[in-house]
Amino acid sequence: MGILKKALATAAVATALMVNAAAAENVKIAIVVKALGIGFFEAAAKGAEEAAAELGDVEIIYTGPTDTTAEGQIEVVNSLIAQGVNAIAISANDKDALVPTLQKAMERGITVISWDSGVAPEGRQMHLNPSSNALIGNTIIKLAADNMPDGGEVAILSASATATNQNIWIEEAKKVLPNYPGITLVDVVYGDDLADKSYREAQGLIAKYPNLKAIIAPTTVGILAASQAVADAGLIGKVNVTGLGLPSEMAGAVESGATVSFAIWNPIDLGYAATMISYNLIKGNATAAPDAEISMGRMGSVKLDAMNEGAMSDPFTYDASNIADFKSIF
Amino acid sequence: MNIFKHREALLALAILASLGLIASRFPAFIQPASLANVINDSAPLMILGIGQVIVILTKCIDLSVAANLALTGMIAALMNGAGVPLPLILAAVVVIGAALGAVNGVLVWKVGIPSIVVTLGTMTIYRGIIFLLTDGKWVNAHEMTDGFKALPRLAILGLPVMSWVAVVLIAVFALVLTRTALGRAFYAVGGNPHAAVYAGLNVGRTQFWAFVISGALAGVTGYLWVARYAVAYVDIAGGFELDVVAACVIGGIAIAGGAGTIWGAVLGALFLGVIKNALPVVDISPFWQMAISGSAIILAVAFNTAKSRPKGRLILREATE
Repeated sequence: MGILKKALATAAVATALMVNAAAAENVKIAIVVKALGIGFFEAAAKGAEEAAAELGDVEIIYTGPTDTTAEGQIEVVNSLIAQGVNAIAISANDKDALVPTLQKAMERGITVISWDSGVAPEGRQMHLNPSSNALIGNTIIKLAADNMPDGGEVAILSASATATNQNIWIEEAKKVLPNYPGITLVDVVYGDDLADKSYREAQGLIAKYPNLKAIIAPTTVGILAASQAVADAGLIGKVNVTGLGLPSEMAGAVESGATVSFAIWNPIDLGYAATMISYNLIKGNATAAPDAEISMGRMGSVKLDAMNEGAMSDPFTYDASNIADFKSIF
Repeated sequence: MNIFKHREALLALAILASLGLIASRFPAFIQPASLANVINDSAPLMILGIGQVIVILTKCIDLSVAANLALTGMIAALMNGAGVPLPLILAAVVVIGAALGAVNGVLVWKVGIPSIVVTLGTMTIYRGIIFLLTDGKWVNAHEMTDGFKALPRLAILGLPVMSWVAVVLIAVFALVLTRTALGRAFYAVGGNPHAAVYAGLNVGRTQFWAFVISGALAGVTGYLWVARYAVAYVDIAGGFELDVVAACVIGGIAIAGGAGTIWGAVLGALFLGVIKNALPVVDISPFWQMAISGSAIILAVAFNTAKSRPKGRLILREATE
């Protein structure tokens, strides 16, 4: 081969690479997080790497600004566009501020999805929620029921009486109650997400309902305060506290036995699922459109709604067997 | 009895009446264990109330007590995490709390800023410092040693240490206020600052000491609070400063200064404690709970004003200002 021929061939190959980069080398998926150094997101990156290992031809670029600002994320996204990544999966610091930059990315043919903390619909192809209200409502009742083989009384300790999320979850929980025979919801009280008020409300529940078997607190302050109140009242083993909490905060309660198990989304699964979805969208295995179902590998598949949003799964359950692994993560 | 002037006796009656009312709906509330629980739960409010009474007596107000509590509590939790022994932590919270109070005091005394402005400022600054110390992270139960958490719960003669701390502090400061020169100076400075100056009292310095005492008490409460609820984060005791002021107002402490007793604040704290602990057990909608707490406060203040009106002191005070 003459030098000219060689150069031409190289140029042709290079062009081919640029035209169809995905076919020739690894698929580059950027996981953009709110800020680097946050345990929750580090765990999500671990999940993304797991998905990459499973898929084989994926390279994960885990990145984000050093503080949780939209400006920082815009810079990061711009540099990712320049690098020519195939997909950007972002947990956004601002719903709207990132839209123009992400639109630019989509114009360049980059697959853009948001996960955890969403972007406005015009700035992404789809959004992956960690869970859905219905799934959360069901989970919090199930957590209590699983430890009550003979049924019995449960009460809910919520945040404030006007907290939107909690009220929706409680409504969903009430809807599924008939599926759990023997479980009666005797009261819903409100601790206003204040440690002292939640503690008093938990004490009140214990005093008012001597047969109470479980306190369900779908709020991190509430579940912690209720666990403490139950421990202080010497009722560990009689009253189980469960609900939604963070492993780093709940480790003590699980250790003492006041809480047998609780739930929250698993960041590892979330990073894994976001990567799987990005991959399938890049490869054209699925398109992000209302009612579409997109496979998420071991997490099953996600069904999109009219806003191109979908829910990953039930919240993940944490108990004595896995709390030690997660308490240092988030 | 001389200590219980008319007003305190009436407030005590009001507490008994509400206990009766609550018992008619939920009899278990007036069992000894339950009442001990109410006292214990009101202990932080009582301790902070003592400090607030002293500050209010000197014509000032301390809105930074809850933030001070949160900051010293967080420092206590962090010290505990670093392996500092408990006695040292206890000494530290008092000193740090007093120092934080002294900041308020100096600004009021030397710079001459009105106390409500000073303490509104330090209130946010102190909470901000917690954020800087921790990046907003929580210190949780499993990160505290058992000894650290156990002390406020340790029961002596049926009452936990937390209640005993309140009892001892009430007794000490009741003596200080009635039997010491500094105690009487608090009354004199608030009752008539000009006369106090002529009597040789330094108004600013007296106010400074009031803030130092209030801060030190907030420091003690900071440890007790964090150890009892076994959690420390930026927002603990959020809004609690208003409860403290409310306890004082209900207890008949004159917001204009110079009049009121420790016992008033203690009973005011107990009154709020009874209501707060009763509301969860008597089936009242959460939307009504806030309204009920608020109405109780306004009723108490209305009663207070009505009682102090005929004295004609108001005119005199306006003439001096």
